[in-house]
Amino acid sequence: MKNIENFQELIDSARSNKKITLVFQELECSMLEKEITELRKIMSKHLNTMKAAIKQGLETCQLSESGMSGTDSSKIFQRYQQSEKLPCNMLFGKIISYALATMEENQRMGKVVACPTAGSCGIVPAVITAYAEEMGISVEKQIDAMFTAGGIGKIVAQRMPLAGAVAGCQAECGVAGAMAAAAIVDMLDGNNSQIINAAALALKNIMGLACDPIAGLVEVPCIKRNSFLGIHAVAASEMALAGIESFVPIDEIIDAMIQIGNLMSPVIKESSEGGLAVTKTALELNKKLENLWDYQVS
Amino acid sequence: MKYISILDIIGPSMIGPSSSHTAGAVRLGLLARNIYGSKPGWVKFTLYNSFAKTGKGHGTDKALIAGILGFNVDDPRIRNSYEYAKNESIQIEFAAEDDPLRHPNAVDFTFYNEASMFISGKSLGAGEVEIDNIKGFKASIRGDLHTIFIIHKDKPGMLSRVTEFIQEANLNIATLLCERNEKGKEAAMTICLDSVPSEDLINSIQNISGVYIVRSIDVLKK
Ligand code: SF4
Repeated sequence: MKNIENFQELIDSARSNKKITLVFQELECSMLEKEITELRKIMSKHLNTMKAAIKQGLETCQLSESGMSGTDSSKIFQRYQQSEKLPCNMLFGKIISYALATMEENQRMGKVVACPTAGSCGIVPAVITAYAEEMGISVEKQIDAMFTAGGIGKIVAQRMPLAGAVAGCQAECGVAGAMAAAAIVDMLDGNNSQIINAAALALKNIMGLACDPIAGLVEVPCIKRNSFLGIHAVAASEMALAGIESFVPIDEIIDAMIQIGNLMSPVIKESSEGGLAVTKTALELNKKLENLWDYQVS
Repeated sequence: MKYISILDIIGPSMIGPSSSHTAGAVRLGLLARNIYGSKPGWVKFTLYNSFAKTGKGHGTDKALIAGILGFNVDDPRIRNSYEYAKNESIQIEFAAEDDPLRHPNAVDFTFYNEASMFISGKSLGAGEVEIDNIKGFKASIRGDLHTIFIIHKDKPGMLSRVTEFIQEANLNIATLLCERNEKGKEAAMTICLDSVPSEDLINSIQNISGVYIVRSIDVLKK
């Protein structure tokens, strides 16, 4: 089997109405020379690690070393446990709190699964777990959705590095949002074109996103951004499932992302020399941390 | 086009928070310990630039120590690696430096015991790493291929003698890097192989007259 290099090739190879997740699973088997049961076992292990991180994250309320994060996931989760009448349903509450929980767990050195990076590791797990619980999706279908999500990420990654330092946060949380949108459509039995459109719509709305983490840490804006991108994925998937299409085909959207990534100033590409990282509050924190984090002989 | 696997996109499972500053640091520690070759009594880490400035918040210090102790990137013991080092009576020292000429995520290891050894490396992003200096010799060890590292006397015929043994073992050389510091003194070879070298092969190389140090460095787990 030949590699799938872009989305047009994916559309072509799925034309005989084969599901996208199966196209990706067969491709991985042939390229990695592994049995499908072995690959699904690895993915299932990742799924378990993701769910364990969510659980642990919700149970733990502890400030990070920098003091910027660590106590928020339980707040939003509580809101959905206690209040009677809420404007959004439980699915939304779970996505927001699960993404926060994973990212807070990541920040306090918990075990997570990079998806596609550590800074964006909360988005895909949050939507898969929340939909699974609220819509009754089987574990096998969740694993299928992970292959769909991973395949979308893989095709983007073949064209541009998924690194904030190269193309800004559109390449990390942006791509994770597109992966999550595709995963949702897959879990809800959308067709191939809807899966690709969901990813396209999600990507198109997140282009040019700055990567300006305060003090160079994966905390602000990264942690809360994971929740936002989870909800972003819901909107994209709902549009796609309703039959709304992206006017620009996804391969061309990636052309545009690459161009925008190149145009973005290096100060907002993970260097922490611009944006939020140089606000008054951020600079004050930098000073505080400098004194706090003096390495000493121990 | 390089094949990117779905398992590169979803995965690895790792201790957070950063693939470059945490998982990468563990991997650098693992490679460095492997190159030093035995349990050190004392290790000094010098962190540069971003590694120095944001290291604490990313647990880079704990991750480097964990690597020295042989823990993998997803091992929860990373969080308490200071204590594990203490239990193994390994002394730890950290220093931080600002040096625009060095890579943003660079680290120097100095190992002490009966033998001391200086090793430098850098974390390239997404968990990829490279050891680029061993005892003052240029190296390129990334943990993606089985590697033999040799320090030997700078004299004629060393390379051919080493490669002869490798050929006899029927192994294919992927890359080869040779360097010497001064004519007639010491020189080094980094040989990356497509398959695992046997202990016999390493011993044969060790027994070549003029070979001072040989290390067989394993591929890092994905
Ligand atoms: S802001 Fe930068 S560091 Fe944070 S998640 Fe986005 S790309 Fe990663």
